[in-house]
Amino acid sequence: MTTTVNMLTETAQPIATRADSVRRIIPKRWYAHVVLWIACFFIGFPLFYAMLVGTQNNAQVINFQILPGDSLANNWQSVMVDRNLGRYMVNSVVLAVVVTTGKTVLSLMAGLAFVYFRFPGKWLVFGFVLITLMMPTELLIIALFRFVSGQLEWGGRFEALAIPFLASATGTFLFRQHFANIPAELSEASQMDGANPLQFLFRVLIPISWNTIGALAVIQFVYVWNMYLWPLLIAPNGVENQVVQVGLRSLLSVDTSISYGPLMLGAVIASIPPVIVFVLLQKQFMSGFAITRDK
Amino acid sequence: MIGASIRPYRVLPNQTFLEKSDMFTQSTNVLVTLIPAIIGAVYFTLLFISLKRPLWLGIIIGSGAGLLGSMIFMVPLNYCTFEPDRDPIDVYFGIFLIVVGVSVSFAIARSIVAFFFSGQRRSLIDHQVSAGTFKGWLMPWLLLLPTLVILALFLYYPSLDTFRLSTLLTRLGNSRTVFVCVDNFTRLLNDNTFSIQTALFLIISLQLLVASQTVFKNSDTMWSRLFRYSLILSNVMFFLFMVMPLIFSENYYWVLIATFSISSAIVILSLTISLGIATMAYQPIRGASIYRTLLIWPYAISPPVAGIIFFIIFNQTGGIANHLIRLFGGEGLEWKSVELAPWTIILASVWKALGFSILFYIAGLQNVPQDLLEAAAIDGANAWQRFMRITVPMLSPITFFLIVTNISYAFFDIFGTIDYLTGGSAGTNVMIYEIYNVGIRNNDLGKASAQSLVLFVLVIGITYLQFRTTGRRVSYGA
Repeated sequence: MTTTVNMLTETAQPIATRADSVRRIIPKRWYAHVVLWIACFFIGFPLFYAMLVGTQNNAQVINFQILPGDSLANNWQSVMVDRNLGRYMVNSVVLAVVVTTGKTVLSLMAGLAFVYFRFPGKWLVFGFVLITLMMPTELLIIALFRFVSGQLEWGGRFEALAIPFLASATGTFLFRQHFANIPAELSEASQMDGANPLQFLFRVLIPISWNTIGALAVIQFVYVWNMYLWPLLIAPNGVENQVVQVGLRSLLSVDTSISYGPLMLGAVIASIPPVIVFVLLQKQFMSGFAITRDK
Repeated sequence: MIGASIRPYRVLPNQTFLEKSDMFTQSTNVLVTLIPAIIGAVYFTLLFISLKRPLWLGIIIGSGAGLLGSMIFMVPLNYCTFEPDRDPIDVYFGIFLIVVGVSVSFAIARSIVAFFFSGQRRSLIDHQVSAGTFKGWLMPWLLLLPTLVILALFLYYPSLDTFRLSTLLTRLGNSRTVFVCVDNFTRLLNDNTFSIQTALFLIISLQLLVASQTVFKNSDTMWSRLFRYSLILSNVMFFLFMVMPLIFSENYYWVLIATFSISSAIVILSLTISLGIATMAYQPIRGASIYRTLLIWPYAISPPVAGIIFFIIFNQTGGIANHLIRLFGGEGLEWKSVELAPWTIILASVWKALGFSILFYIAGLQNVPQDLLEAAAIDGANAWQRFMRITVPMLSPITFFLIVTNISYAFFDIFGTIDYLTGGSAGTNVMIYEIYNVGIRNNDLGKASAQSLVLFVLVIGITYLQFRTTGRRVSYGA
């Protein structure tokens, strides 16, 4: 009944004119496209330039050559083999995966505890976690460094790089927000089916939370991969657990002069994994930010 | 005007942090603790008179707040700033700490009092949702345990330890520590910090601030707004270039200036450029998601890599920046100089942050109701007026969010960029880099902790100001 009414009240299509067909060839709002192309060019340009330099040797760099050079193989050798960047990339991958997984698991558990349980002192614990949002690691870095390398004696070890970052207030709040928006009937039905909390988590909650998990995963992977200050302190040059951000240092202070080609190539290689992860999980990233802002 | 040389450390025997000693046998200590208590009692009694609440409660709360405020810094320090041999600057700094502690505790007590007596108390009653929850009290604790342990060990403990370390002279690898009271802080200050001249200048600055808020407050014409903004600007300039050199030591003054200039340049450039681009490109168009990817991917690049990339761009001989300048007939610029080096950092950071801000502004612009703009156009408003009076205010939540994000980036994440691009050379030695220099390169953990605390207070102050000024003007809906 309603559909017929709609069809009757729809306005008739205007008759196409010659001007319209001309207008249709030029895309609508062409100026927006122009502006966006220019913006994308300027934003993409630095990395293109770096890739260009990555293929050149020092002479070509100094004389500014706009075409790719021929030293790609040499630079690759210098970067991956001589400077061990390949090893550092592996270290970074392992670290990023371990921390992202660990953080996701711990945040899921904490979110579950906050939303699906009642226990005395819940708000106190919540406040305890909330206040850590005001403690960025950079401010504690000195005391943390003294604690981890001095008292725990984890200097240079993988634990020192990973464990301090396994807990996250942002992750906890992300999942808490997400779980709180799920109707309670779901959990009641599961309890009637005799599920315990962990089964509920695995069989019901996680399958409907992939977007949020993806959001946290992409933010954390990029964050851990790009961490610089902490690894610089706790796993500096030469230590076997070194990550790629710190490893690039060795390309900077080479012998007597800097080889720009390998340096740029190293920088580009070091950027590939986070950019790929980010581009693939873009949608989740944007949805994650929407949730945290509405909070 | 800028103060004299580096002050030596004053080390007193038999002293450590927070050690219970006979601190109240000294009369000055008792005096300095009781006076705030009395002030608090009086203040809160008056407050309670005006609120028509029992006076005895006011006296208790007031004196308690006064006591707590004065003791919170002094007890851990064992009142060391008031010892007989101390320099005047130590005593003044001690008084300053007491004033800060007391003001904070008064403010907290006031808000607690307001909360309890306003009838809003009922909403704090434990409204734990019971629908859908699981039974049992052990399980949630087990689930929370790893998170809580890690947060306590690696976040709470270092936070508190930073306070302790800031009062010590200590190096890494050496478990010996020496208590130096507040010397790590006073070494950041100046011989002139607590002088009459500084007080006068601060008063002038305060007056300029008050004037900028009250003059022509109700007038909204362009001239009156211009006048107010110029008052604010002159106040900032006066404070930065006349007041601050009187307060801080020369070295630290430049660190603060570098931090301030680089951060504000990053925030202003990033937001204006991204808003400009977003206004021209927010119309729904084909390929929007492709553009989005192409704009935002620098978010995934690490700050160190951004530093490396711009290191080559701004390279003296082979970099593309100087190459382009030479192409247009000029001579290459000296990008490593004190004047230009900060700009390389700023440009590298803005590059990284631009796409992120563009994206949020595009989303925000798409939410501005078209009919509002059309109505304004009909009423005779031109494009600029429509933009400034309607669009910009409607974007204020996003602007607020982006300012916070960009400030946090400019204060903390910038470290990697600086380390690779300029190595912290003059002009780019911002607070976080100085902390690294002092604490790790020079292995002076105490001084670095003190600087970390100063940075912390600065961040809190900025966040608070943010919420007070912009937060109030944020309009979350039509």
